[in-house]
Amino acid sequence: MIHFVLLISRQGKVRLTKWYSPYSQKERSKVIRELSSEILSRGPKLCNFVEWRGFKVVYKRYASLYFCICSDQDDNELETLSIIHHYVETLDRYFGSVCELDLIFNFHKAYFILDEILLAGEMQETSKRTTLRLIAAQEELLEAAKEEASSLSSIIAQATK
Amino acid sequence: MEQLKTIGRELAMGSQGGFGQSKEFLDLVKSIGEARSKAEEDRIVLREIETLKRRLLEPDIPKRKMKEYIIRLLYVEMLGHDASFGYIHAVKMTHDDALPLKRTGYLAVTLFLSDDHDLIILIVNTIQKDLRSDNYLVVCAALNAVCKLINDETIPAVLPQVVELLGHSKEAVRKKAVMALHRFYQKSPGAVSHLVSNFRKRLCDNDPGVMGASLCPLFDLVTIDAKSYKDLVSSFVSILKQVAERRLPKSYDYHQMPAPFIQVKLLKILALLGSGDKQASESMYTVLGDIIRKSDSSTNIGNAVLYECICCVASIHPNPKLLESAADVIAKFLKSDSHNLKYMGIDALGRLIKLSPQIAEQHQLAVIDCLEDPDDTLKRKTFELLYKMTKSSNVEVIVDRMVDYMISISDDHYKTYIASRCVELAEQFAPSNHWFIQTMNKVFEHAGDLVNIKVAHNLMRLIAEGFGEDDDATDSQLRSSAVESYLRIIGEPKLPSMFLQVICWVLGEYGTADGKHSASYISGKLCDIAEAYSNDETVKVFTKIQLFANKAGKFKAYAISALMKIYAFEVAAGRKVDMLPECQSFIEELLASHSTDLQQRAYELQAVVGLDAQAVQAILPRDTRCEEIEVDKDLSFLNGYVDQAIEKGAQPYIAEDERNGMGNVSNLRSQDQHESIQHGLRFEAYELPKPPMQSKVDPVSSTDVVPVPEALSYRETHPISSVGSTSEAGSSELKLRLDGVQKKWGRPTYSTPTSSTTNSPSEKPANGASHVDSATASYSKSRDSQNTKKTEIDPEKQKLAASLFGGSSQPERRSSTGHKASRSSGGAADGSRGSKAVEKTIQQPPPPDLLDFSDEPTVTSALPSVDPFKQLEGLLDSSMSSTTNHNAGTATIAPDIMSLYGDSTASQDSLDIFHGLSTEPTGATSGETTVTTLPQSVKGPNAKDALEKDALVRQMGVNPTSQNPNLFRDLLG
Repeated sequence: MIHFVLLISRQGKVRLTKWYSPYSQKERSKVIRELSSEILSRGPKLCNFVEWRGFKVVYKRYASLYFCICSDQDDNELETLSIIHHYVETLDRYFGSVCELDLIFNFHKAYFILDEILLAGEMQETSKRTTLRLIAAQEELLEAAKEEASSLSSIIAQATK
Repeated sequence: MEQLKTIGRELAMGSQGGFGQSKEFLDLVKSIGEARSKAEEDRIVLREIETLKRRLLEPDIPKRKMKEYIIRLLYVEMLGHDASFGYIHAVKMTHDDALPLKRTGYLAVTLFLSDDHDLIILIVNTIQKDLRSDNYLVVCAALNAVCKLINDETIPAVLPQVVELLGHSKEAVRKKAVMALHRFYQKSPGAVSHLVSNFRKRLCDNDPGVMGASLCPLFDLVTIDAKSYKDLVSSFVSILKQVAERRLPKSYDYHQMPAPFIQVKLLKILALLGSGDKQASESMYTVLGDIIRKSDSSTNIGNAVLYECICCVASIHPNPKLLESAADVIAKFLKSDSHNLKYMGIDALGRLIKLSPQIAEQHQLAVIDCLEDPDDTLKRKTFELLYKMTKSSNVEVIVDRMVDYMISISDDHYKTYIASRCVELAEQFAPSNHWFIQTMNKVFEHAGDLVNIKVAHNLMRLIAEGFGEDDDATDSQLRSSAVESYLRIIGEPKLPSMFLQVICWVLGEYGTADGKHSASYISGKLCDIAEAYSNDETVKVFTKIQLFANKAGKFKAYAISALMKIYAFEVAAGRKVDMLPECQSFIEELLASHSTDLQQRAYELQAVVGLDAQAVQAILPRDTRCEEIEVDKDLSFLNGYVDQAIEKGAQPYIAEDERNGMGNVSNLRSQDQHESIQHGLRFEAYELPKPPMQSKVDPVSSTDVVPVPEALSYRETHPISSVGSTSEAGSSELKLRLDGVQKKWGRPTYSTPTSSTTNSPSEKPANGASHVDSATASYSKSRDSQNTKKTEIDPEKQKLAASLFGGSSQPERRSSTGHKASRSSGGAADGSRGSKAVEKTIQQPPPPDLLDFSDEPTVTSALPSVDPFKQLEGLLDSSMSSTTNHNAGTATIAPDIMSLYGDSTASQDSLDIFHGLSTEPTGATSGETTVTTLPQSVKGPNAKDALEKDALVRQMGVNPTSQNPNLFRDLLG
């Protein structure tokens, strides 16, 4: 099972955190501090796994962002690595050539997508298409709501003229 | 520079305000991006918190504005600050009817709240309502929240609805319902145990996503109880087979692998089901072989599947052919340049080595390379492997390596771990006593107080008991070598306290035993230690008085106990004791110590030294550490004495809390002893105070010692028993308490020492004779001569390899399956020849039904309309044995399922599960295009958009990181 997902920038700034196991706010900061210093200091040619407090942390660097997933000791590291890549690919398809800024300004959307891929610490959907379809369905509703709101306000504006 | 560029881009994007958020939010993100230090970031966030607090208090906040505030709160929380003041607004937002707001509300509460938060109770109602919603997206959002927020208390509130949703028409809802039920099962297995059959049912869902999701709970269930899921083996095998044959929709492909995540999950389940079950394993061989053959080893995910296959092969009943192909895969992993693959290779090797020990030999140089790799993760994994392949022939090399590595690292967590590994190996395989003691010394010296205290006790007991042989000469040789080594080490500064304890004890017990060293020499050394370490601590005493005072006191206590033993032995041997002046002053210092414990020890020492030889012999007999001491807890042997005293007119015993004046000295002294005895915390409740008159009026009951509550009996009789009990208390104080310590050769298990209030070391340490036997048997074996290896390799490495792997022809000491026996005959020098020979003998025709399967691909690919999942129906009937031919079984059983579940439509659906999807390639691709066009409304999906971003950034006068602003392109390929 996956215990948490972290996105850290190369400067050690947190870009996204998702906790599937209970951690208090204090523990969270400690985890982030420990892991970011450990992971950011690792050289490029070393393996993408870190053994940490009896768990395994799998990380991968994309441009200036590190995606880290902490999983159980007996989980398959290469699979976890692929989950990271799968998430990034999904983000890429959604945002269209995703960059760090997309994640900074739309981090809630990154959360929504993550929620469609991982649920309760397990991989719930392995098809990018299905994931994106569901997200799209939600966005459509969002757009509809926006339109409705704007048309409502224009009606009100007209009425008050 | 890099940072500047990022900031520039952020600036550009921020001022544009094109992300649908307000200027304020963009400014916040931007300023945090610009923050140069953590402190500055904190300041900005704190200011933001103030702003948000103010804003949230405003009346009538528009909903869209509120949504943004919530997102800003998320941001604050993400950066590690407390946003609890806004939680309630997030909770309120979940009540909203509009989906976008509701979704944001749910996202916020799942990120903010843990499942035991007080606000959960306010959300449960909303969740209940939303789970009943007509809009499946609302239901999905609610289910997401259910997975995170519902705890075992609130499970009953939503359980019926979640179960109902398992049959929802939308696959997304079914999938999430399965995950939610899985979560419930993890949190409180009892509450949903009657519902686990639902997971079986969902396994044959007509949507592959739901089927994949149901594998997660099934994996957990199989882990707990593999037996009751044996009937599913054939179903899992056939699903795996179909997945591997690409019968799933294309959209589940990942890097040209058919549904690899589902394959991995299935392989994990099969590994559990096939472990120790020959029949089940045999049905897996074909499909495993196929997957290993087909998997693409050029991608990560392909290798993930391969690795999982190896794990499965290593776990199920062994098959020589599969083992060979697994070994080939491992070879590929180890030869790879990628550290990731090397890591996996080492791990896989560790799994396979139990089954076929000889495969390690082919890879010895690769293993040595990994051991010397600068990558810590890889190195640690390699130590793990070495740990698994340690035997008496290579233990010295391996443990030495481990100790060296242990010395070099600073991570306490891992240091503790590797130290315990060293100790374990040394205890199990030690080739000689001398080596064992040397190794333990190194471990203690460097890992210090990180080592489990029991290890120290084990070491002391080993020295006391010897290796269990009836050979006194060896034992005394062991002791004197220990004494010698400690006398050498003692001069070194800053020894960890646990090690000092061992040193003091050993020197006290055996320092003078072999007559090489005089009592005054040893006692001088002991005083030196006490001196050195008490000075060392006095500085700190003022800072953390209690803690360090205790610590310093501990050293002194070790030292004085050791001194007492040495002097006692001297007295007992009839020699005259002449104390060194420094010992004298040391004892005097302790006589005036504030610590009652130290004071008592010092007084006892004085008393013992003053006694005659015979008495001392009785108090502190030499070399009886392993003998059982019978302790009469009730002190019944004193009954006569007590009665006699009372007859003579002595006062009957009065309970401690009823005594008022205690003028005389003997009372005072005994009081001291109480304190030292009751050093630890008391866990039993204090007795209710008895009304004072009762016992005074009724002297009969107080004379009788027996009815007094057990725990107090010793204490209460104490004032009466004078000299005898003092000496007894003294001897038991001096002796190291070994009760509750586990056996010398056993694996370390945690056992708490008995509470220090009881004064009797009544549980005598059990002698681990049987363990000792096996250990001595192993080290007495002569070591294999080192194999000479292939030429042209670093001789250093070769030597190491030889010493690590050379002795493999020796019988393995570790437990392994019966398969090993047939293999161990294979020559060590030529592993490949050996394994080939074995293969010839072991190879056997695959079972007939597997042959059916291997023929199938051609048939089924020719007829795509054949239903791939038809066989799955069989799994609903648990009575079906795993050996039944699938086709035959399903044909007869299919009607049963219908009647059982009354779910005819669902199973009807499942008849054309994938068929429908896979025969609609056009539909699939059109779906794809709609998806890619969708995000356009949010932000352009293509290079054009990226270029626009780029241009904008350039306008701002900042050079972006590269010509292509698309950060991910190069990596995504």
